[in-house]
Amino acid sequence: MSNYRITGNTGEWEIVVGMEVHAQVVSQSKLFSGASASYGGEPNSHVSLVDAGFPGMLPVLNEECVAQAVRTGLGLRAKINKFSRFDRKNYFYADLPTGYQISQFEHPIIGEGKVEIELPDGEVRVIGVTRLHLEQDAGKSIHDQDPTRSFIDLNRAGVALMEIVSEPDIRSPEEAGAYLRKLRQILRYLGTCDGNMEEGSMRADVNVSVRRPGEEGYRTRCEIKNLNSVRYVMQAIEIEAERQIDIWEEGGTIDQETRLFDHVKGETRSLRTKEDAHDYRYFPDPDLLPLELEQSWIDELKAHLPELPEDKRARLEKEYGVSRYESAVLTAEQSVADFYEEVAKGQDARLATNWILGDFFAALNRTGRSIENSPVSAQGLRELLGLISDSTINGKIAKEVLEDMVETGESAQAIVDRKGLKQVTDTGAIEKSIQEILDANADKVAEYKSGKEKLFGFFVGQTMKAMKGKANPALVNELLKKMLSA
Amino acid sequence: MSLDAKKVARIARLARIGLSDAEVETYRREMDGIIGWVDQLNEVDVTDVPPMIGSELASARLRKDEVTDGNRQEAVLSNAPEREGPFYTVPKVVE
Repeated sequence: MSNYRITGNTGEWEIVVGMEVHAQVVSQSKLFSGASASYGGEPNSHVSLVDAGFPGMLPVLNEECVAQAVRTGLGLRAKINKFSRFDRKNYFYADLPTGYQISQFEHPIIGEGKVEIELPDGEVRVIGVTRLHLEQDAGKSIHDQDPTRSFIDLNRAGVALMEIVSEPDIRSPEEAGAYLRKLRQILRYLGTCDGNMEEGSMRADVNVSVRRPGEEGYRTRCEIKNLNSVRYVMQAIEIEAERQIDIWEEGGTIDQETRLFDHVKGETRSLRTKEDAHDYRYFPDPDLLPLELEQSWIDELKAHLPELPEDKRARLEKEYGVSRYESAVLTAEQSVADFYEEVAKGQDARLATNWILGDFFAALNRTGRSIENSPVSAQGLRELLGLISDSTINGKIAKEVLEDMVETGESAQAIVDRKGLKQVTDTGAIEKSIQEILDANADKVAEYKSGKEKLFGFFVGQTMKAMKGKANPALVNELLKKMLSA
Repeated sequence: MSLDAKKVARIARLARIGLSDAEVETYRREMDGIIGWVDQLNEVDVTDVPPMIGSELASARLRKDEVTDGNRQEAVLSNAPEREGPFYTVPKVVE
């Protein structure tokens, strides 16, 4: 159980949060029409007469959107409903040409599932998923182009969305953030939603209420709509909970309502909708037959499901000996995990892990690149680590080579050859260099011999410096010890 | 089931249709008649009969995920009462 509490004037409060996440389905065409579902495009160009609500147009369901919903259900370890149905949700808005949204109300395609979240302290919590259903997105209204008119672009109208509804199991802003991140990760692994929150591919509505710790049941909740980042979700929950606590503590009551989060002012505001605005008068869409799924088809989708984040994490820990923390970082994005495996497979895995999490990530950060357009390929990094493993270069020189690779795009071997960085393993040459250092620092040698042993590091440093960093560190250590005790 | 004037006014509002009091009364009578007629169905005993949505013999037909439509801006905008470049326009709606 979460210990998150908000302290009011009259004592402590606990928060109760459930989330509805709208995730845009990855598909070529729309849920019920053959118009393109891709983002952008000339206004009103990705629109068919079905999407524009022309009379007599009939919706035909997109098979891939159904498959994507089933894959998501399987990834959430949820119940797949072999019978589901589409309903009309009726409301008027300028960017909804038909006057209704086709959704699934009574019989959603996916039933109960769960999402495991891990909190920063390592605690694992399970957040229940109530359901997932398929529905259409609406168009876009643009209000800032004209003083008296709104402009309508229907490119989004009819694009398939999955609405994923959680149980009110979330107990802190951190859990809400972790839930959204985890959901996003699972969807991205499955390839069912690109998770791009800036483009609106994922948006969340959060239901927030508060109660005293230990109190049974739930108090009245408010819904905060259309949050498009993890940070806003966390902020909105905290701000809304504090607002409700103030009202309860002053002896007031909460009205169940829809609110908007204003991140500039740091407040939630009531959406003053008419009292009957939420009478959606759902009824089965007479243009669409019920959706019935064959078990064999579900099995086939299941057989081709990609490895999920949790499974990949466990496997990386087992196969490459990475820690629990390291596996979380490496599997946060599938592309990172793929990159890691390409570098680490059949190599010194520890070396690969340290290099990827250390210098390689640092190089990505420095250049502002992502793993997808990394300045160094997995093959390239693999070659570099190979040069360390076979003692061609030492670790320190390798850092320099990596920087050069990032800058020039040349291969590690080419850089080592060009700069003459090959490690010196010739004991004669190293001994010669050490002797010069010892001769030049006779006073320090004497100090060392009289017990000031930490000077050893000084001699190592001087030798490496004299050899331009190219000496094999193990050999330097070994020979220095021998020569100092001679 | 019978309709009162309040319910008729509400249905009209949800449909964004403005009705005068006299019209409300007209529609109340007409709709009441329709409901009364459909109400005859309640005489049939449907205990243990599952609701039928469409034909029981068929389930949804699915289409392949291919882009086969779109790029028909002019046709899409042809019925718009008002437009501005590639957009429909409507009286400003801001919540």
